[in-house]
Amino acid sequence: MNIINIIKISYRSLGRNKLRSFLTMLGIIIGVAAVIAMLAIGEGASNAVKQQIAGLGTNMLIVFPFASTQGGVHYQAGTTSRLKESDVTAIREQCPAVEYVTPITRVVTQIIAGTENWRTNVFGAYPNYEKIRNWPVSSGSYFTDQDERDAAKVCLVGQTVATNLFGEGSVPLGETIQIRNLPFKIVGVLAPKGQNSNGDDQDDIVIAPFSTVQKKLQGTIYAGAIFASAISSAAVPAAGEEITQLLRDRHQLRPWDPNDFTVRTQTEIASTADATTKTMTLLLASIAGISLIVGGIGIMNIMLVSVTERTREIGIRMAVGARGGDVLTQFLIEALTLSFAGGLMGIVIGVLTSEFVSNLQKWPIIISPESIALAFTFAAIIGIFFGWYPARKAANLNPIEALRYE
Amino acid sequence: MSQPIISTKHLVKVYKMGDFEVHALRGINLDVNSREFVAIMGASGSGKSTFMNIVGCLDTPTSGEYFLDGVEVAKMDRDELARLRNLKLGFVFQAFNLLPRTTAVENVELPLLYSNKLSSLQRREKAMDALNAVGLADRAEHYSSQLSGGQQQRVAIARSLVNDPVVILADEPTGNLDTRTSVEVMEIFQKLNERGITVVLVTHEMDIAQFADRNVVFKDGKINKMVSVEDRKIATEELSKIPVLVDEIEL
Repeated sequence: MNIINIIKISYRSLGRNKLRSFLTMLGIIIGVAAVIAMLAIGEGASNAVKQQIAGLGTNMLIVFPFASTQGGVHYQAGTTSRLKESDVTAIREQCPAVEYVTPITRVVTQIIAGTENWRTNVFGAYPNYEKIRNWPVSSGSYFTDQDERDAAKVCLVGQTVATNLFGEGSVPLGETIQIRNLPFKIVGVLAPKGQNSNGDDQDDIVIAPFSTVQKKLQGTIYAGAIFASAISSAAVPAAGEEITQLLRDRHQLRPWDPNDFTVRTQTEIASTADATTKTMTLLLASIAGISLIVGGIGIMNIMLVSVTERTREIGIRMAVGARGGDVLTQFLIEALTLSFAGGLMGIVIGVLTSEFVSNLQKWPIIISPESIALAFTFAAIIGIFFGWYPARKAANLNPIEALRYE
Repeated sequence: MSQPIISTKHLVKVYKMGDFEVHALRGINLDVNSREFVAIMGASGSGKSTFMNIVGCLDTPTSGEYFLDGVEVAKMDRDELARLRNLKLGFVFQAFNLLPRTTAVENVELPLLYSNKLSSLQRREKAMDALNAVGLADRAEHYSSQLSGGQQQRVAIARSLVNDPVVILADEPTGNLDTRTSVEVMEIFQKLNERGITVVLVTHEMDIAQFADRNVVFKDGKINKMVSVEDRKIATEELSKIPVLVDEIEL
């Protein structure tokens, strides 16, 4: 059998029936395009979610005072430990897996600017809060370490606060706001961060140096919490271990005592969100996969109809010396060609559709080579799988009956 | 060559139709010699088509022997039969059986595509030679649907001889044609026969059978009569007797 001749025969046959060939391909085109577009959109969405989580600071650890309550009762009542600034210093100096660490304290209070006032959270933190939360300013700059040492009356305001005190779109750099009757100079406006996973507005915030808030607004020696960031996301568990061990030592807990603080990480939130988007991508991909299979069945239908319609042609070919294998090969090559051509067109249309959706919805898309390879391989397999049966049927025709077929 | 091209001994074919059996052939002994022109005749159901299918290597006999060009065919499998059809046989059918949406020359090339001996250039050359032999070289690029019945049958004959077969088998080749075209087709068969090609023809028309050397009459699965044609008709002469009616009226 000369495969080149058979290929020639198949291509002539496809070329002679352009409409039939195109209709057969349509199923695969739509299937492949759907797989690529859906995977691109799904992965784009997944990536967007990942970036949002990275924005929260995936490497971040939060240390809260008090043990986890056990049955609603604090352990060692009356001797509850508090987190101190010295704990923060110790973590910075003794925990190698920790990159940045800051104490956090919070005051909820009314703030006033001119005739406007607003109730908001005033946070006290070190300037490295920017690095830990991955939260830059949109204008101005963070306060400095010098401000921290001096307990300077400077602050950063969130977008919501800026809007409510100074109006939409204002950039109140250098303005002064009154916090508990103390004037604070605004040195920066925080970049908008939107809602957190609980639906709270994260931009409704004022951040001032920790020392300023602690000494001038609160008058306490304790920190409400400690925020830290690990040197990498892989180092988060190690950082958690180190902090736990260090704080247990510093708080002089005996081995059987439970922790009088809690270390929480963002990693589990991230992994939950990641799993969610993976599920979504999988869902989209399975919808696309189903359309691919439907496309394959379309190919089989047309090939089967085509075998019946071409019974006499097959009879003629057999009469002039085509063997069963030749006919089988011809039909398989036709099916394969259709699915390959359909696959290629599907890729083009899928990519164009993804780009279109991306432009229309401002939705980030990621067209991965894997999804293209996957869709194309799938199309080829479907071509063989659904091409085989009709091809087999054609090859097994009895030439005498085939020639007599009307 | 004393050896016959086609030689069958006690050829029997039985079709099983559910519980009862149909004896299509009940022991056919027939030899066809090289360069012979044999017409097989008989009523429908006489077994002549079954015989042609077996001789044409499209079917195998239930029992008996069949030698084609010295090769035992009766026990071959499907692929071997296909190869034999490709190399040694040419078919001409009543319904022409050209591929639709395909040019004349591509139709003629078809058997060569399955034999894998020639380059595409050589194939085209051989196909053109065959078309020339049937007088249709100028229609090579016409699609089969653009050809008249007689022209289609001539393309089919060109296809049957393109692979230099030892025998051309024609099953009612004039069944779908008018009288004049029928004689034209027979003229081609006679010319090919003169060039040394063995022709076996199935027909139920007496006057068509008269163009052959020998007539074999089938009846109920057996050979009823075998006669040499005494006063063989020459197609070229017959053609001159038939007026070209259609052309005259249209012109």
